[in-house]
Amino acid sequence: MATSTAAVPRPASIQKRRFGADEVAYGFTLLFALAILVVTILLVYQLWVHSAASRQKFGFSFITSTSWDPVAEKYGALPFIYGTVITSFLALLISVPLGIGAAVYLAELAPPKVSNSLTFLVELLAAVPSVIYGLIAIFTLVPLMRNYLDPALQAVGGSLTLFKGRIFGYGYLTAGVILSIMTFPFIISVSREALMAVPREQREAALALGATKWESTFNAVLPFARLGILGSIFLALARALGETMAVTMVIGNSNAIQASLFAPGQTIAAVIANEFSEATGNTYLAALVELGLVLFVLTMVINGLAQLMIMVTTKKGSAKA
Amino acid sequence: MTSRNARRNMVNKVMLTLCGVCAFLTVSTLFLILGYLIYHGAQSLNPGFFTHLPVGEGEAGGGIANSILGTAEIVVMATLIGLPVGFFAGVYLAEFGGKTFPFIVRYTADLLNGIPSIVIGIFAWTVVVVPMHHFSALAGGLALSIMLIPITARSTEQFLLEVPRSLREGALALGANKWRTIASVIVPAARKGIMTGMILGVARISGETAPLLFTSLSNQYWSGFSEPTASLPVTIYNYATSAYEDWHQLAWAAGLVLLALVLLANIAARMVISRGTSLPR
Amino acid sequence: MTPPATDTSSQVQAALPKMRAANVNFYYGSFKALHDVSLEFAANKVTALIGPSGCGKSTFLRNLNRINETLRDTRLEGEITLDGENILDQDVTEIRRRIGMVFQRPNPFPKSIFENIIYGPKINGMLKKKSAAEVVEQSLRRAALWDEVKDKLHESAYAISGGQQQRLCIARALAVDPEVLLLDEPCSALDPIATAKIEDLLVGLKHQCTIVIVTHNMQQAARVADTTGFFLLGKLIEHDKTDVIFKNPSRKETEDYITGRFG
Repeated sequence: MATSTAAVPRPASIQKRRFGADEVAYGFTLLFALAILVVTILLVYQLWVHSAASRQKFGFSFITSTSWDPVAEKYGALPFIYGTVITSFLALLISVPLGIGAAVYLAELAPPKVSNSLTFLVELLAAVPSVIYGLIAIFTLVPLMRNYLDPALQAVGGSLTLFKGRIFGYGYLTAGVILSIMTFPFIISVSREALMAVPREQREAALALGATKWESTFNAVLPFARLGILGSIFLALARALGETMAVTMVIGNSNAIQASLFAPGQTIAAVIANEFSEATGNTYLAALVELGLVLFVLTMVINGLAQLMIMVTTKKGSAKA
Repeated sequence: MTSRNARRNMVNKVMLTLCGVCAFLTVSTLFLILGYLIYHGAQSLNPGFFTHLPVGEGEAGGGIANSILGTAEIVVMATLIGLPVGFFAGVYLAEFGGKTFPFIVRYTADLLNGIPSIVIGIFAWTVVVVPMHHFSALAGGLALSIMLIPITARSTEQFLLEVPRSLREGALALGANKWRTIASVIVPAARKGIMTGMILGVARISGETAPLLFTSLSNQYWSGFSEPTASLPVTIYNYATSAYEDWHQLAWAAGLVLLALVLLANIAARMVISRGTSLPR
Repeated sequence: MTPPATDTSSQVQAALPKMRAANVNFYYGSFKALHDVSLEFAANKVTALIGPSGCGKSTFLRNLNRINETLRDTRLEGEITLDGENILDQDVTEIRRRIGMVFQRPNPFPKSIFENIIYGPKINGMLKKKSAAEVVEQSLRRAALWDEVKDKLHESAYAISGGQQQRLCIARALAVDPEVLLLDEPCSALDPIATAKIEDLLVGLKHQCTIVIVTHNMQQAARVADTTGFFLLGKLIEHDKTDVIFKNPSRKETEDYITGRFG
């Protein structure tokens, strides 16, 4: 009676039960996975909808206009975009060379135990809440900048517009400095991994040609790891762009574009933090939400690029010429 | 040795020393931060600090009791929503699904992870504060839970995937079906890592300020779930940016408390991981 | 104390050996990988080092250009000389320029073919007398690779086959004009045709430098080497003319290995 492919027939009840339990588990967990998608889609939707009033009123000029005036109901985001870009750029200017240098030390020079402990400490820096960075920045970094660093810079480079003007201690430069400290862990941790992933044979090839350790590191190892290092920089950039608390506490919160690095300014995230809870009126709130939308797109693009670069490196384990 | 080689060796020494200096500088910032907090904050740490409510502007004394409770409320809410959702999503990613859909979920989770926390705050505002017409701890809890979900999901997935195939196959070979294998063998095997991921995630959201600024806002007094609620990070922010020296002091102390909690959670979690997972050797 | 087994044939000893190892002991941590190895390498000859896996031949080779120093927790005892002078007392980067190395798997840098070859001369300041293009062409010709890549010098080094990449690595090593060339199982990752090309290459190269090659393949040693040394468990068992080693070895261990009784 059995067909050629029949398995031993089981009682229907057991068959169904087994089939059911796994299906249920699958469906159950699928629900939660879907929740992630739903939340994200909903988030984008809400940002879009709640910024409608501002988008319709200002259109593209939202990004190009420089006046942010709640009283006159005119909203332009350029000062904040400028502030965000400048502070992030300053942050990377400081943290990239320092971070890569530290990563080189940790990956190439330090004995494994030292390297692991120091990396652990650096990664703890990433766990420090932003508001704590801000707290320390207000009371220790700002006076330091105001009394020592800024005057010194002005004495040396005072002819440049960048270093002209009154020194408050609060401003673009200070924000850039605190941001650079906050981005250290990302650059160091990811670059170190990229460097450690470079095969031993690459180093030995350079050394066998008579290179010094530095020459081998600089000419053979670093280029090999360049994609991963670049990924770490983009990761740090994404973090810097979205950083809110520490920045808003030291940037001076001035909604205008100024050329001097010592001048107070504002970033996208900081202005939202500053003004949102007090904002009234449809257009005002919509404009702030639209700022959130701009920030969202910005960080999404940079993060996407960073993930791509890091993924390529870890998959292939190398940078092909 | 030729002069050229002497120069090259000199360059070698200098550059490598510079790299060491970079490492030293970056690591020392952690200690500087800790140092400042302890130095400024320790003075204000007394029992009253933990048990009193804040006092008015410019007055001495006062504490952050409501902020501590507020943070506890908000974080518990966030945990109750975020951990289960993240956990089961992580189970899905590791154990079920084909190629494309899990990929989309993973990508979206990473996307969600990378969104600045203030934008998440805006979202929570649109979803909770707007319909309710007022700020509440609920809104803050929701905002933080959204941040917790992708962190938990990805770390759960990571630790589940690390469970060796031999363990799974051993269970399946004994006739266990898939969900039973997951529930009774795989998840327990990965439990150390999963719990660590959860602890780290909770520690991370406890320190977040931006998403709370216009969801749970703040409060001078005790508050319920549907009222504006004080929280440790927001209180630190408010006090630090205020004009009063007394409040600055409180900010330092509160900062010390917050940092201590976050760092201890991180150190404990990492030690658990480094001691090895609960997998058989 | 009876001397350990070393060179047994007086014909092997040239007037002044190019390189000489005397009583070399080497430790990885507390593990002694080389026991009292003494060996001479005659100038302009090919010496093969053979032996079963783990016998220490690669470890020994890597001491000749001091590249083992880059590993952690290692210790070398004994003397290794180049032209009579102890290499351990000299500037290591200069030693490594004079004693080149080709590795088991091709390891070109992620740069173009041209840039790979020019790297060594550039850092060693050798481009003052000869132009970069000259150096590249000469090196590629010596490595018998010029005709195959002359039209794609500026393409990625990864765009050529494995055998070609290995010859590129040989060209790269030759570009700094080494006096000695060390090769650590250079053909183990290559197909027979690529292997044959490299073997021909080596036989021709010995007129320009001294060659030491570690190989797993006894037939290869028989084909290319003037003298052969047999290693076993970190000791040099026997070193003699290749013919003698393969047809008439003095030690039983050598005979057992040659005839395939182990390894």
